[in-house]
Amino acid sequence: MTTAAESGAPAYLSVRALGKRFGDFEALRGVSLDMRQGEFVCFLGPSGCGKTTLLRAIAGLDPQTSGTIRQGGVDVSLLPPSRRDFGIVFQSYALFPNLSVAANVGYGLVGGKTGRAAIAARVGDLLTLVGLPDSGAKYPAQLSGGQQQRVALARALAMSPGLLLLDEPLSALDARVRVRLRHEIKALQRTLGVTTIMVTHDQEEALTMADRIVVMNHGVIEQVGAPDEIYRRPATAFVADFVGAMTFLDGRLESDGTARVGDLRLVCADVDGLAAGTAVRVAIRPEDIQVRGVAATAVNRIAVEIADLDFLGAFCRATLKTVSTGPSAGASPPVAIVADFSSNLMRDLDLAVGKPIAIALPADRLRVFAAR
Amino acid sequence: MAWFGGSRSTAKVAASRDDLIMRAGLLLLIAWLLLAVALPLWTLLSKSFQNRDGAFVGLANYATYFSTPALFHSALNSLHVAAMVTLIVVPLAFVYAYALTRAVLPFRWFFQGVALVPIFAPSLLPGLALIYLFGNQGFFKALLGGGSIYGFEGIVTAQVFYCFPHATMILVTALALADSRLYEAAISLRASPLRIFLTVTLPGVRYGLISAMLVVFTLVLTDFGIAKVIGGNFNVLATDVYKQVIGQQNFEMGAVVGMVLLAPAALAFVVDRIVQRRQVAMLTARAVPLMPRPQAGRDLALLAFCLTIAAGILAVLGMAVWGSLIKYWPYNLSLSWANYAFGNFDANGWNSFANSIELAFGTAIFGTALIFAGAWLMERTRGFALGRAVAQLLAFVPMAVPGLVLGLSYIFFFNAPANPLNFLYGTMAILTLNTIAHFYTTAHLTATTALKQIDPEFEAVSASLKVPVWRTFFRVTVPICLPTLVDIAIYMFVNALTTVSAAIFLYSTDTKLASIAAVNIEDTGAVAAAAAMCVMIVVTAASVKAAHLVADRFVLHRFQAWRRR
Ligand SMILES: Nc1ncnc2c1ncn2[C@@H]1O[C@H](COP(=O)(O)OP(=O)(O)O)[C@@H](O)[C@H]1O
Ligand SMILES: [Mg+2]
Repeated sequence: MTTAAESGAPAYLSVRALGKRFGDFEALRGVSLDMRQGEFVCFLGPSGCGKTTLLRAIAGLDPQTSGTIRQGGVDVSLLPPSRRDFGIVFQSYALFPNLSVAANVGYGLVGGKTGRAAIAARVGDLLTLVGLPDSGAKYPAQLSGGQQQRVALARALAMSPGLLLLDEPLSALDARVRVRLRHEIKALQRTLGVTTIMVTHDQEEALTMADRIVVMNHGVIEQVGAPDEIYRRPATAFVADFVGAMTFLDGRLESDGTARVGDLRLVCADVDGLAAGTAVRVAIRPEDIQVRGVAATAVNRIAVEIADLDFLGAFCRATLKTVSTGPSAGASPPVAIVADFSSNLMRDLDLAVGKPIAIALPADRLRVFAAR
Repeated sequence: MAWFGGSRSTAKVAASRDDLIMRAGLLLLIAWLLLAVALPLWTLLSKSFQNRDGAFVGLANYATYFSTPALFHSALNSLHVAAMVTLIVVPLAFVYAYALTRAVLPFRWFFQGVALVPIFAPSLLPGLALIYLFGNQGFFKALLGGGSIYGFEGIVTAQVFYCFPHATMILVTALALADSRLYEAAISLRASPLRIFLTVTLPGVRYGLISAMLVVFTLVLTDFGIAKVIGGNFNVLATDVYKQVIGQQNFEMGAVVGMVLLAPAALAFVVDRIVQRRQVAMLTARAVPLMPRPQAGRDLALLAFCLTIAAGILAVLGMAVWGSLIKYWPYNLSLSWANYAFGNFDANGWNSFANSIELAFGTAIFGTALIFAGAWLMERTRGFALGRAVAQLLAFVPMAVPGLVLGLSYIFFFNAPANPLNFLYGTMAILTLNTIAHFYTTAHLTATTALKQIDPEFEAVSASLKVPVWRTFFRVTVPICLPTLVDIAIYMFVNALTTVSAAIFLYSTDTKLASIAAVNIEDTGAVAAAAAMCVMIVVTAASVKAAHLVADRFVLHRFQAWRRR
């Protein structure tokens, strides 16, 4: 588990060995995590894996059972939410329906020493910031879902919190609005430089928005890393499967460092230090499969037949079945591999269901995981 | 104070000021509920195991009760009447509710409104009306063929009137929950109407039917007014409690009868809660509401039925009104206001009516504030699980306790010389306290339902913005729940006006209520003046409700502009 802060700069938020129980159920186990000031981190994982639980523990809304949380160098583990420094946007937005948009945004500003005019100016600034300069007098019910989302964001930012917490802020919106707001939120975060945690179960959202992604499963952190790192070098089979598409081939490591999968022997650039004889899962992404110009002597060359083609617009997702040749033909059932073919490739090679082709699995693109 | 932090395993996060305020509020609420409900009931229970001198005598009082035929017989009478009324009211209410929800009725709003009328009357009103109609000098006395309206038949008839709206409301709710897709499926499978009724309609409302039966049964069992007015020599539990305590000053036996009355009511309550839980589970969010389609034969038959029932209700009410305006029944039928000069019939005169209004306002204002704030504290306090659980349990107790039993327990608790709150006895304050406690649960459930419908994260947002939680309560939660608050206030107001049972033990000469005055006046034989007092109550209660409906339509929506899209 990668948890250490990058470099020597002290972490702004530091979570150590956090655990959370609901009765006998362990919702979080040994969660440790460091965040730099100004970083945008996504908690990514399937529904029920504990993302919200972790976020609420960080906010102090549902305190942890064990472990510590430090924010800005202060141990906040035992502080109530009102004495921590964060702004939060809930999945439901939790806007006050009976207050105008301006009153919602300025809700936390009232009561301090700031004067009325100063508050109005600040509310105006915030509404401009989220792109709703003229909506102050409206009530939340009169706004679209996306606009309500932005009001909730403006309200969360009003007190200039050190930490912004977003719990699935986009999940209630339709697809188009969601994509637009992804960019807006990210841009806003970059402008303000506010340290941000966003919870999502949408890998695309996490990959496009986050500086770093925390992939969670069953209450534990599976991997922490930059989006491309998560995608290219998934640390576990779970991450490999959850983020992006992936074909898994079950096999066993041989003494020469290759992996035997059915009739195939696959050369792998990196076997992750696993010993010969280990049961493994060899993984490859559909877009990494080589089809053009596969020489007869190419490494990991496999003869396959196109078993199925799904048209997905810009490309086709093909299911390939290995065709056995040679002495041991038919000893093992055929292996299925998923590959993505661009429209160009389809046309150039005249690909169609039933057509036999030769593919290669580049050795440096194969990931090897110990089978559980 | 380990239990302050909630579940044992969770790290003990320091309580914020908000948390402390809410926990303190919850503790106050618990203290109030203990004082107003639990401790009095405990005193009543212990009293039933003591002799006159306060020495513990075990089950001796109960042994006496069950071996005294006169007393024990009342219990059987009560059960008999309650069972009979249940068997009559529930089918009638079912057909009426079925017509309201499943048929195309002209003037549906009229039939809906008429069915509710009895709610605004004290229970003795139908008793008085029956005396006019079938009493010794009644119009239709001859129809009874030498029989008498005083006794079993009279009680049953009056109770049918009194219980009808309660059963109807429950069944309308149950029938309105139907999912039209079930009916479409049944029709597409070519099921006959009878088969659809038996396999779709009835199973769909079975919990509603059980609930209606339990509610009616309990209402009849615990009602005092009707049995008092028209029971004659037919003794029931409710009148026995009164006779033992007020008539014979036999407090121990009163306590025993109270416990005997409490047992079936509490049992019915528990069964009802279990049943309601199932009913909620049956609801699916995706149900498509059923829209009745015209069907001439059925609609006409149901219209005739509804007309008959509505006519019956209005006849009883109209008889009471007319009777109250008649100079000297049945000899001089000319109209006059003489019966409304209450001073001529009861030393308190109009004061008791003024007292009732005072009680109704006090109960509505203090009760609504207390109950709503209490429900909010129970819903939204962080941690403090034990406190929340205790408060919740206590909030449910009043519904299981008949008013008569609660009132009796107040005598024992507050009238005890050792009790420092003794000074409350005989004041308006104790009547208010008792009335709020008596109607606590229904109002609490209404408030809880409303609170569950608003976003659970308002307090979290408020904490993150460093705004004190009480400000969010007053600025957001209360305004959002305003319609519910008004509903609760009206409910408390109407019930405070019409209730007899608990107050009969607690009033003093200065705090006599209109409903009690009606009982007392009737006791002296002045039926017309008693009817007049009841009419005053009905008119006031119904006007308040009507004002609410009108205000809801024309005024309140101005405060709710934010609901519009
Ligand atoms: N208050 C609670 N009581 C019991 N179990 C809970 C509670 N809140 C969450 N859980 C459980 O903890 C797990 C993680 O929940 P959550 O953090 O909400 O998941 P998600 O990753 O979808 O946000 C789930 O299995 C959920 O059922
Ligand atoms: Mg979640």
